Order: sequence, then C-alpha cells, then structure tokens
Amino acid sequence: MSERLKFFDALDAAMAAELRNDPDTFVLGTAPPAAMVEEFGGSRVREMPIAESAMTGMAVGAAGSGMHPIVLWSCVNFAFNAFDQIVNQAARIRYMFGGQADFPILFRARYLNGTRSAAQHSQTAYALFAHAGGLKVVVPSGPAEAAGLLRGSVRDPNPVILLEPERLRPLDDDVDLDAVIPLGSARVARPGDDVTVVSLGYTVIEACRAADALEAEGVSAEVVDLRTVVPLDLATIKASVGKTGRLIVVDESLPTCSVASEVITSVVEDPECLALLKSAPRRVCTAPVPVPFSPQLEDRVLPDWGDVRAAALEMTGISVADREGAGR
Amino acid sequence: MTDDELRDLYRQMVTIREFESRILRLRLDGEIEGVVHPYIGEEAIAVGVCAHLRRDDAMTSTHRGHGHCIAKGADLGRMMAELFGRIDGFCGGKGGSMHIADFEIGMLGANGIVAAGLPIACGSALAAQLRDSDQVTACMFGDGVAGAGPFHECLNIAGLQRLPIVFVCEDNGWAANSVSGEMLSGTPASIAAGHQVRSTAVDGTDVLDVAAAMEEAVAVARGGEGPTLIVARCFRYQGHAYRNVDLPLPGGEEERRAWLERDPIPRFAEELARRGVELDPEAVSREVEEELGAAEDFARNSPVPALDSALADLFAEAPR
Repeated sequence: MSERLKFFDALDAAMAAELRNDPDTFVLGTAPPAAMVEEFGGSRVREMPIAESAMTGMAVGAAGSGMHPIVLWSCVNFAFNAFDQIVNQAARIRYMFGGQADFPILFRARYLNGTRSAAQHSQTAYALFAHAGGLKVVVPSGPAEAAGLLRGSVRDPNPVILLEPERLRPLDDDVDLDAVIPLGSARVARPGDDVTVVSLGYTVIEACRAADALEAEGVSAEVVDLRTVVPLDLATIKASVGKTGRLIVVDESLPTCSVASEVITSVVEDPECLALLKSAPRRVCTAPVPVPFSPQLEDRVLPDWGDVRAAALEMTGISVADREGAGR
Repeated sequence: MTDDELRDLYRQMVTIREFESRILRLRLDGEIEGVVHPYIGEEAIAVGVCAHLRRDDAMTSTHRGHGHCIAKGADLGRMMAELFGRIDGFCGGKGGSMHIADFEIGMLGANGIVAAGLPIACGSALAAQLRDSDQVTACMFGDGVAGAGPFHECLNIAGLQRLPIVFVCEDNGWAANSVSGEMLSGTPASIAAGHQVRSTAVDGTDVLDVAAAMEEAVAVARGGEGPTLIVARCFRYQGHAYRNVDLPLPGGEEERRAWLERDPIPRFAEELARRGVELDPEAVSREVEEELGAAEDFARNSPVPALDSALADLFAEAPR
C-alpha cells in the first residue's frame, strides 16, 4: 500500500502501523501526536512531563520487563538531559548483565541543523551515540526511507536511536508503509563512476545536488546513503570506493571523531581499498564550532552541495578556480 | 507470619551479614578484584522489603546491592561466581559486584550510578500497569539519591501516573562519603510530600517494622493506588567502597555503640524469643557458614570465561 506522505507524516504513519502490529509497543513523549493518543488511548501513547532522564530510564525498565517502548525525545539536544540513562544504562545494560534480557527500545529525535535554531537545537548527535557502543543509530534521508527504517528499528531487539533531520520536513514521496528496512544496509542513492560521496540524513539531498552539478561538468559522482551509522554497512561503501577510487564523506557534524572520520578510517585501514584510492579521501563537515543563529553564519558553517562539488573537482584534478574561470 | 517465615527472615539476615563479611575479607585479601560496597548493618531492610514481594515482583538495586539480591532469592553460588568474575556468575563475569542481576527472579539489576535505578524501576512498574498485571516493583536506593534529579522526576511521574511501585530509601546518613543531611534542603519524606506521594518512616534495624510498612505499601500498589516512599533509618557499619585497603569506620564511637546495640540480627533473635519462636542462632550461623563455604567453592571452581565472550552480548542477534 503506497501513499503520498511528507517526511514526519511517514514516520508517524509507520509508528502507528507498528503500534497496531505489536501489542507490547507503547509510546512515551512530551508531545505525542494527538491522532495517536486518540487511536491508542492516553495510557499506551502517554504524554509525559518534561523529564527526559525519567522517560528514558522508564523505557529501559519497561523493555527489560518484556515491553517495547518508543520514546519521543523531540529535539535530540533535550535527550542530553538523559545522558546517564542513554549511555550508562540503555547502551550497556544488556552487555553488563551478560545478555540475560533484551532491551528493544526505539528513541526518536529530531536534529534541527539548517533551520535557524541556533546552537542548542542544532546537533546531529549520531556520532556521540555511536561512540557509546550498544546503541543502533539510524538516520533516514527521505519519507520512504524514514517509514521503512522506523519499522526496521522497532523490529530490532536492541535500543535504537532514530535521528530525524528537521530539514526534510517539506519533502514528500510515495511511501510503502508495508516496507521494512532491516538495520545495517546502506543504499546507493545515485550511481556514478568517478567519486563516491558518502552521506546520511539531510546531506544525501546535498550530495545528490552536488552530483547533478558535477554531471554537467563531466564528473560522475556515486552517492551512498548510509541509512544506519550503527551498524555501518562497510561493504556497500567499500564496493563503491573500489569502483570510483575516490571518497568524500559529507556529514553535517563537527569533523572530530565524526561519522566522516569513521568511514574514511575504515576505508583506508583496508589495504585493498587503500591500494585502489586515486587521491586522499576528504571530510566535508560542519565547521568545528557550535551552530550559530544568523542565517548567513549558519550557512557558512554547515556543509552544502557546493562544498561537495569543490572537493570532488579537486580530487578529480580539476580546480574550482579553473572551472569558474572557464565558465566566465 | 508463621514461625517458619519468621525464622527464615532471621536466617536471611544472617546470610547477608556473613556473605558480606566473607566478601569484604576476600576483597581485602585480594582474592577478588574491583570494588565492593558492604551492606552490613542494613540487612533488615532488604529482608523486610522482600518479605512481602512475590517471585514475579520486580526489584531494582544499587551499588550496595548484594543484600537485595540475596533477599530477593538469588543463588549464592552464582552471586559469588560473579564476584570472582567467573563463567557461572549471573552476568558471566561481565558485571561484577555493582551489576548483579537475575531477571528470572525479577532482580532487574544492581546499578553503579546513584539514582539511575529509579527511572528503571518506574519503567518496570509502568510495564505492569500497561499489562494490567498486579506486579509491584520495589526500588531500593540510598539517602544520597534525594538530591539527585531522577528522585524528583520519578516521584512526580509515579505519583501522577499511579505507578505500582514502592520506593525504599535506605537512610544510612551517608551520601557516599558526605553526611547526607548536610547535602539536602528538606528530607526525602518532605520531598515526597511535595509531590503528594505518601511516605512512611520505619526503623531500618527492625525487620518486622520494615515488613509491616512494606505489606501496606505493596497492598496500595497492587490496588492501583500508586507509589509509597518508605524511609528506613539505618547505620552502615563499614566504609563506603572497598578495594584492597581497609577504611576508617563511619560514625563516632558513641554513635557506633548506640547503633550496634540495635543491631538488627541479635535484636530480632530477642524478638523471636519474646514471641516464643524457637530459634537456635548458633545452628543458623553454622548452616549459613556451610552454605557460604559451598558457594565460595562453587565460585572458585567455576572456570574463567572464554576470552572471546568479552565480545559477545552487546546486541541481541535474533530478529523479532
């Protein structure tokens, strides 16, 4: 069954489908969708006080008791109030108890990069969570991906953090609500031959825009959409790099210990991949500062298609200055 | 309670006391590693609380959690094996003293982070509420928790949503190495009152006093009437946390003497005598020693885990 849905409507529709599908699922959130409270009742879709630490820990306790919680953190920065419960509890409780119990939990949160929301509402956070170990981390790049990944996340028997880029809000797409995307498979969003652009979440859009521009300039870029940070689908990345010999990772996070760092390290650690590289890989990341408010300043620090294009042209041996000179 | 049940409470307290004494000795001698937080002096609380819990009721515990596990019914050999880091430990040697859990008996785990167990306990209570079961969760914590955010968040939510939970504050007067009263504006009970959560104060050295409060709190929770905070005043006989160095004992000489006079174990033996319940304390001690000796042998004979098991258990594999 396919429906035309916007990004967040696709996520909510998939969540409602999972609630219908599994009686052990329930929702805790500071502002759960009214339609879902209406359909499932206020006990099962429970409006919570602004208490992220309690809400997050309650999900851990309920999951360990055989339930399947879905927690709505709203903006991911609010979840930092619950860092103990996320890192010390959710991420390691299964391991430290020797695998006695499973903790299937879906945590949903938005990151607001690119929406003039300033420093405390603009952080992708996926690298932070990936570094905790024990958390699966999912970042959808459009409505159809979002619905399939949400359903895959709920069916995964582990704590999963689904990070939803606010900038994808206006996107709509034909969404197959029956589709379930298992976690750990990247996809090639656009095939190409000269350079691999690994991207995730909103940066898939920028990467594809860059690929369009590059195509007109005679450079064929392959865009890989990671879809999940944990587990990381290195096979898809390596297959693409093996074909193109060039690697750019575009990640709207700080470069230090980022997904971009991890992807590049994993590629160059592999002697076969390293031997196939025609140029040094590049990170295209957010400038190493918090995200500023002013639209002009925010645009200055976040990576966009132009940064990807410039990096690709440099790597393929064509300087941007040459191109722009030739165009004039 | 029947005479057998009363005798069992006594035996459980002795078991906890002797288990902890043995573990402290093993730790100071370097026979086991890591850190241990002895529960000595607080035995009446765990035992009184568990006197009114069913096997399918849940409990969350703390860094000072051995007593809670024993009272909830955890196997002594497997506990000891966990403390030795062996394969037969409850967590296969991955948890150690601060992370013993036995989900089979509703022991949802000791926790090394002060106040972290409260939200988890609320989640366990929420699960029971959503399932319409009458299971109750007992949430154990120390008085050092009262200044931490989750205490306030959880009292609010448990009160608001009438969660079937009993918060048990083991008030030993210490917040790690600080005097807890000097770290708190108000008291745990006054904070609970602020959240309109009922609370009751008990003598944490009197197992029957604790059990009576627990019986009432459990009935309230099972009846859908929500949470209770039990504040159990007690004395921690030993230092906060031990590695291989002995520590100065808490409290002044006078304070210690006063508390030792109220020691929960001989005091309960006297109470049983007053009630005409037959009890041979020496025989109990002998039997407990034998049981603990066997548990220690079991632990020492348990193999070290296969080294690659360090890489297992992070994620559940099976698709649901």
